[in-house]
Amino acid sequence: MDLSYSPEEQAFQKEVRQFLADELPEDIAARVKAGGEVSKKDTERWHAILQARGWLAQTWPEEHGGPGWGPVERHIFDEEAARAYAPRILPFGLQMLGPVLIKFGSDEQKAHYLPRILDGTDWWCQGYSEPGAGSDLASLKTKAVREGDEYVVNGQKTWTTLGQHADWIFCLVRTDGSGKPQEGISFLLIDMNTPGIEVRPIRLIEGGHEVNEVFFTDVRVPAENLVWEENDGWTVAKYLLTHERTGIAGVGFSIAAFERVKALAERTMRGGKRLIDDPLFAARLAEVEMDLEAMKIFNLRMLAEAQRVGHPGVETSMLKIRGTEVRQALNDLYRRALGPAAALIPGEAPGGNAALVAPEDEAAAASYFNNRKISIFGGSNEIQKNILTKAMLEL
Amino acid sequence: MNFEMTDDRRMLADSLGKLLGSHFGIEHRNSVAYEAPFHDKAGWKALAEIGILYAFISEDAGGMGGSGFDLLAVFEQMGAALCPEPLLGAAMAAPLLAEAGEDLEPLLSGEAIYALAVDEPDAPWDADAGTTEGGDTLTGRKTAVYGANAATHFLVSARQAGKLSLFEVKAEQAAVSPWGMIDGGGAGELMLDATPARCLLPDAGEAIAAALDWGRLALCAEAVGAMDWCYATTLDYLKSRKQFGREIGSFQALQHRMVEMKTAIEQARSITILAADRMDSRSVAMAKSLVGRTARKVSEEAIQLHGGIGMTWEYPLSHYAKRLVMLDAQLGDADFHTARVAARYA
Repeated sequence: MDLSYSPEEQAFQKEVRQFLADELPEDIAARVKAGGEVSKKDTERWHAILQARGWLAQTWPEEHGGPGWGPVERHIFDEEAARAYAPRILPFGLQMLGPVLIKFGSDEQKAHYLPRILDGTDWWCQGYSEPGAGSDLASLKTKAVREGDEYVVNGQKTWTTLGQHADWIFCLVRTDGSGKPQEGISFLLIDMNTPGIEVRPIRLIEGGHEVNEVFFTDVRVPAENLVWEENDGWTVAKYLLTHERTGIAGVGFSIAAFERVKALAERTMRGGKRLIDDPLFAARLAEVEMDLEAMKIFNLRMLAEAQRVGHPGVETSMLKIRGTEVRQALNDLYRRALGPAAALIPGEAPGGNAALVAPEDEAAAASYFNNRKISIFGGSNEIQKNILTKAMLEL
Repeated sequence: MNFEMTDDRRMLADSLGKLLGSHFGIEHRNSVAYEAPFHDKAGWKALAEIGILYAFISEDAGGMGGSGFDLLAVFEQMGAALCPEPLLGAAMAAPLLAEAGEDLEPLLSGEAIYALAVDEPDAPWDADAGTTEGGDTLTGRKTAVYGANAATHFLVSARQAGKLSLFEVKAEQAAVSPWGMIDGGGAGELMLDATPARCLLPDAGEAIAAALDWGRLALCAEAVGAMDWCYATTLDYLKSRKQFGREIGSFQALQHRMVEMKTAIEQARSITILAADRMDSRSVAMAKSLVGRTARKVSEEAIQLHGGIGMTWEYPLSHYAKRLVMLDAQLGDADFHTARVAARYA
C-alpha cells in the first residue's frame, strides 16, 4: 500500500497551487469564500484564465482541446481549486455536453459547438428535469414533433440552473410516446433565442435566483440539432450520468468548509471561553473530521481503481452519498457556530460598531439552506442507493 | 498511489485465512471462546507455525513485518474468522519487548504468550492515570487483561520514581482472577500484592502509548474483517429468505439499509488504512472512534435485517455481532477517542 501521490503527481499538485496563487483573481476568490452568488462575469473571467492555460475542458481528449489529464490530475485540480476558493467550472457545456458531443455528435456538430464552448461564446444550460419527471427522468413529456427539416417543441423544463444566462439549452425531448418510457426520447440542442421560449425564475429557499423554469411553445428547432439517433436519446443521457464521476465526493469543498468552521470556532466566544474549547462542539467537529479523513482515503481508493481499470466504478455513488452528507454536516456546524447572528440576511448586516459577524461569514445560514440541494440533484441520494443496489447487491 | 496488498502480505493473509477456516470453524471456535482457558493450545501452535507472530516485528529486529499494514493483513483475517486466540497481547507486547532489547524468540515462536496489563478499574484506557506502584515488586490491581488465562508473561505498567515504567511479571508468580467475555475469549484481573517483577523500561510512557495504538489498530482491522463477514452473510440471507411470497432483499427499505451498511464499512476500512499508514496517535484515535461507532451500527443492522434468526446462539452471526459491539470497549471506546481528537483543537 502506498497512500501518497507519485513524484509526477506531486509536481503537478505544486504546479496547480502555483497557478492558483498566480492566476486566481483575489476579488473572485473573496466572493466565493463569502458564499455569495458568483456572477456570470466572474465565471467567464475564470473560464478564460483556465482556457489560456489549456486547463478548462478537463475531461476532454487532447485532440479536442483537453489537457490530457487522468482521474488523479482532475482530482488534484478540484481539491486545490476548492481550497483556494476558485469558482466552480460550470459543468453544463464543459463536463456534460462536451463529452456527449465527442462521443455521440456528428463531425459538423463537434466542429461547430466544441470551440464555442471553449472560448466562452456559448453559455449552455441543461434541460432534463420536468415538473413531473425528477428522479423518474424517463417519464418526461416535453414533446418534439418532426415537421420537414424542423422539430416543433412544446412542453416545460424546470430546475434549469443559470438558465437566465444561457445562450443554448441541451434537452431531452419525447419524439415517440408509443413504447416504454426510456424509448422514444431524443437529445436536442436548442437556441435559447428561438421564438416561443420563456424563462421564468424560481426563487430558492435562501432567497437566491439560481434555477429557472423554461417553457417551450411551438419552438421550431432545425433537425440538424439532433444529437445521435432519434428515439435513442436515453443512451446519451445514461452516458452522461455514468461518465466522469470521480469528482463527485467534493472532497476539496469539504476540506475548505472544515477549515472555515474550525477557524470560526477559534475566534467565537461562548460564555467567556472559545467555542472550540467547548467539549461538545469540539466532539461534533471531531466526528465530522473523521468522516472527512475517511472519505479522503475512500476517494483515493476509488481514483486508484479508476486509474487501474480505466473508468470509475459504481462505488462512486457511495462517495456521492457520503460526500454530500459530510458537506451538509459542515454547513450545519458552520451555521450553528454563529449562534443568533446566523439569522441575519446576507448583505443586510449592520456595520461599524454594530457589526455582528465577519463579512465572510454572513452567508452561513444561506449556504446551509442552499446546500440542502446537493443531496437532491445529480441523482438524489436515494437514487444513488437504488443504483448501488442494482449493481453491487444484485438484489 | 497503490491500495493493493503486497504479495508477501497477501500470502500470509491467505495462509492464515485457510488455517482459521480449517481449524477454527464456528463450532470449535465457540467451544474455545466460551470455556476457560479460552485458548486452544494446538490452534495457537498452528498459528505460530505459519509465522503470523513475525508480522509484529520488523526485519531489523528479527521479524518479518512490523508495519501497520502487516497488522492489518493478520487481524482482518482474525476478525473474519472470529478467532478468540490472545493475539492482541502479542501485537502490543512485540514492540515493547523490542524497545526493551529483550529476546524476542519466545514470543515469535509462540512459546511465550504475553498479555498487556495497563487498565485499572478507576482508570480504564489511560496508562498515565494508573496508581499501581512499582519497584522490585508491584502492588496494585490491573483490570481487563486480555488473554490473562493463557498468558505466560504479563507486561505491566506502574509508577516508579515519578515515571511510568514497564515491568514483566511471570504468570506463575501472579494472582489472576480470570473471567469470560460475552463476545468470546478471556480476560482477567491481575491482583498485584508485592508481586515479584522485573523492570524492562524505566521510562516507558511513550512506548506504552505506542503499544496501545498498535493494539487499537489491530482491533480496527479485526472489526473490518468481521464487518465484511456480517455484510456478506446478511446479503446472502436477504437473497434467500422469503416473506410475502418474495425475497426480502426485493424490498427497498432493506436494500437502502444494505447500501448504507456497505458505505459505512468502506469508510471504516478507509480510515483504518489511513491509521495503518500514518501510525500516529491522531489517526489511530480517529480510526478507533469511527470504527467503534460503525461496528456497532453494522452489528445492530445485521441482527435487525436477519430478524429472529440473528438473535440465536446457533446462528454464527450472533457471535460476530457481539464481537463488533464489544470491541469498542477495548483500549478506549468511541467517546474516549473522539475526545482525544477533539482535545487537539484546543
